[in-house]
Amino acid sequence: MPTRTGPFCVADAVCTAASAATPGDLSAARAQMGFSLAWHIVVACLGVGLPLLTLLTEWRGLRTGDRACRLLARRWARAMGVLFAVGAVSGTILSFELGLLWPGLMGRYGQVIGLPFALEGIAFFIEAIFLGIYLYAWDRLPPRAHLWTGVPVVVAGVASAFFVVCANAWMNQPTGFTEHEGRITAVDPWAAMLNPASPPQTVHMILAALMVASFLTASVYAVAMLRGRRDPYHRTGFLLPFALGAAVTPLQLAVGDWAARFVAANQPVKLAAMEGVYRTGSHVPLTLGGVGGRDGLRYGIEIPSGLSLLIGDSPGTVVQGLDRVPRSRWPAVTGVHWAFDLMVGAGFFLLLMGAWLLLSWWRARRSAGRDLLTLRGTRVFLLLGALTGPAAVVALECGWCVTELGRQPWVVQGLMTVHQAVNPAPGVMAGLWLVLVVYAAMTAATVYVLRRMVTERPVPIAPQERDIEEYPVV
Amino acid sequence: MLADATLAVMWTGLTCYALFGGADFGAGLWDLLAGNARRGAPQRHLIEHTIGPVWEANHVWLIFVVVLLWGGFSPVFAAVLSTLYLPLTLAALGIIARGAAFAFRKASSGTALRRLFGACFAVSSVVTPFFLGTVAGAVASGRVPPGLAAGDTVTSWINPTSALGGVLAVLACAHLAAVYLCADSVREGDDALADAFRRRALVSGAACGVVALAGAAVLHADAPRLFDGLTHRALPLVLLSAAGGVAGLVLVGRRRYVPARLAAALAVAAVLWSWGAAQYPLMLVPGTTVQETASQSSVLAACLASLGVGAVLLIPSLWWLYHLFQGHDGRSRTESGPAS
Repeated sequence: MPTRTGPFCVADAVCTAASAATPGDLSAARAQMGFSLAWHIVVACLGVGLPLLTLLTEWRGLRTGDRACRLLARRWARAMGVLFAVGAVSGTILSFELGLLWPGLMGRYGQVIGLPFALEGIAFFIEAIFLGIYLYAWDRLPPRAHLWTGVPVVVAGVASAFFVVCANAWMNQPTGFTEHEGRITAVDPWAAMLNPASPPQTVHMILAALMVASFLTASVYAVAMLRGRRDPYHRTGFLLPFALGAAVTPLQLAVGDWAARFVAANQPVKLAAMEGVYRTGSHVPLTLGGVGGRDGLRYGIEIPSGLSLLIGDSPGTVVQGLDRVPRSRWPAVTGVHWAFDLMVGAGFFLLLMGAWLLLSWWRARRSAGRDLLTLRGTRVFLLLGALTGPAAVVALECGWCVTELGRQPWVVQGLMTVHQAVNPAPGVMAGLWLVLVVYAAMTAATVYVLRRMVTERPVPIAPQERDIEEYPVV
Repeated sequence: MLADATLAVMWTGLTCYALFGGADFGAGLWDLLAGNARRGAPQRHLIEHTIGPVWEANHVWLIFVVVLLWGGFSPVFAAVLSTLYLPLTLAALGIIARGAAFAFRKASSGTALRRLFGACFAVSSVVTPFFLGTVAGAVASGRVPPGLAAGDTVTSWINPTSALGGVLAVLACAHLAAVYLCADSVREGDDALADAFRRRALVSGAACGVVALAGAAVLHADAPRLFDGLTHRALPLVLLSAAGGVAGLVLVGRRRYVPARLAAALAVAAVLWSWGAAQYPLMLVPGTTVQETASQSSVLAACLASLGVGAVLLIPSLWWLYHLFQGHDGRSRTESGPAS
């Protein structure tokens, strides 16, 4: 153990120590980070999207006096309270894990991405304060004032997502600093935060959050309607979030296209893995599915020149392949490619469901104001509607896998590998098991508590909800 | 200069976490010791009702400290988290269990389920500050060298100073919570409950004093540099802490609960600042200073400026939050909370 160090030893120690971790520990660290992020990302999306849905519903309830809306707002606020709590704690763990698992990354580059996290801290603080006020002061404030206390929750939630994803974007496009012999010499924190990957990634993520929250909420009510609960409460609970999700989906496809073109231009290896392109060339086909072999994807469905057309609007567009880097620096091609295809597939499913909603709305209008959920085919629509939530989550997780696995073996693109970043301390594997057990318990409890909120007959209405007359919820 | 300012802001954040977040943990300890479901109901109800609206905001202070540490002093962050991997993982799991279980208990009905979540909340409320205290002890006694996992993963936090840090953290949290809850009980009009927390405040305060005195001997033997700092440069702050602690106990004894809160908070805050004063300018004892680990001034300036702007938004918001739920509004407590 060193007992005396000078200024240079500090930096040197940080820069040179990372190599002692065994491959097993590296895998365990990646698994733990991946697992806790995959868990948090769903709850975080609900934390961004659910407040917006709740506010919209509360606002409509206030404007129209509609009881279903007012009661839905109360119910969603309760769910929000639980989800925000688990989101807050699972997010805290991630900030710990950055240091516990990836001290090499944080020791060298922590300062470069310090600013977005400081800003995220402020945004999260505002979110937590106003969520406390919004949830607990419902009856201490006049209705309109109460509605306004929810606005900072929404704004700060979106801002948090923006700042955090900026930091992730920096790992894909590390800019805003100079490095000399392993030491960071000049940092422009604003340039690092607003790196070129930030605009496409942050917009893509925030829209994804809205979609996940909307479709998941709608799914819950679609299931209830399939069980015969076709009252206004469930109808609004399904249609309002579903309509929001359906409105966001086409935008998301356009933003996704923008993000993919950005990756093609700036992280060609990631794009090559996403699309399974082995050899650089023009007239590159778009391959759906398939298994990555030694020399190319096998058993996939090919659309001739499809990828060249998508990337550069012309079949002659040259697409860089994996052959540009040595095989040791390839990401896991089959996994990344499938994750990408699944994400896009789920996105198109959601787009079609939105189109169906639009068509139903138009048909209902033509038949003189019929309820659009009484048309022929509503049962199939609800069945598929119940799948939109899971589909949105699949798209979310797959998209996240694409951006993270597609960057391997780099933690910071081109500058630091995960192996250099990982904590060399022994025992990372034990930490993984512990984390898995705790998260399994937390998942079970979250699902159980939320399910009870949905299925339990909330009668008598809680004392603070006297302003809403008793409503036959079940 | 910028590095010192950042450190001061971070230490202020740590102080706020101890005073607000710490009290929430302490409340969990009293929840644990409140007795069976029927006998403990009034205490648990008050605790749930009091920390419900504010614990998440209080918890954010920890995130604030963590991000300032890595943004402002990245090598220190890397060294501390990689060496103290074990206690910090355990503290992190405690944080998860505490927050999630509290929210679950609030949202569930039925005694068995509430008991399960309540036990989880209460036990993790004790475990978490203990492990965070051992981390403080490890850093203060100079067992975290710079570099990645350069310290011993076990003895760095299983040692006399860490044990002292852990026990003192749990007791200080408990004391703060008991003192705060006295005034909350009075506001709710429950004098019997106030007397119960008064007894708990007196006992936990006395225990803090005893452990702190015994701790002096521990530090003298186990962390001589820290002991030297505390008995010389930081001595005024140590005395201030002792005076605050005694004043708090006297005020609690005389049922002057609102000023007692201030005195108890002063005692705890002074402990943290005396540690800081004793160790400054070292970030990692024995040879790693604030200056050599600080980030580029461009980063520090940007972070401080953002926090300055953020404070303009945060301070009035926080004031409003506490005002809404700590003010005398004469309502019965069953009327607040989305899930009561």
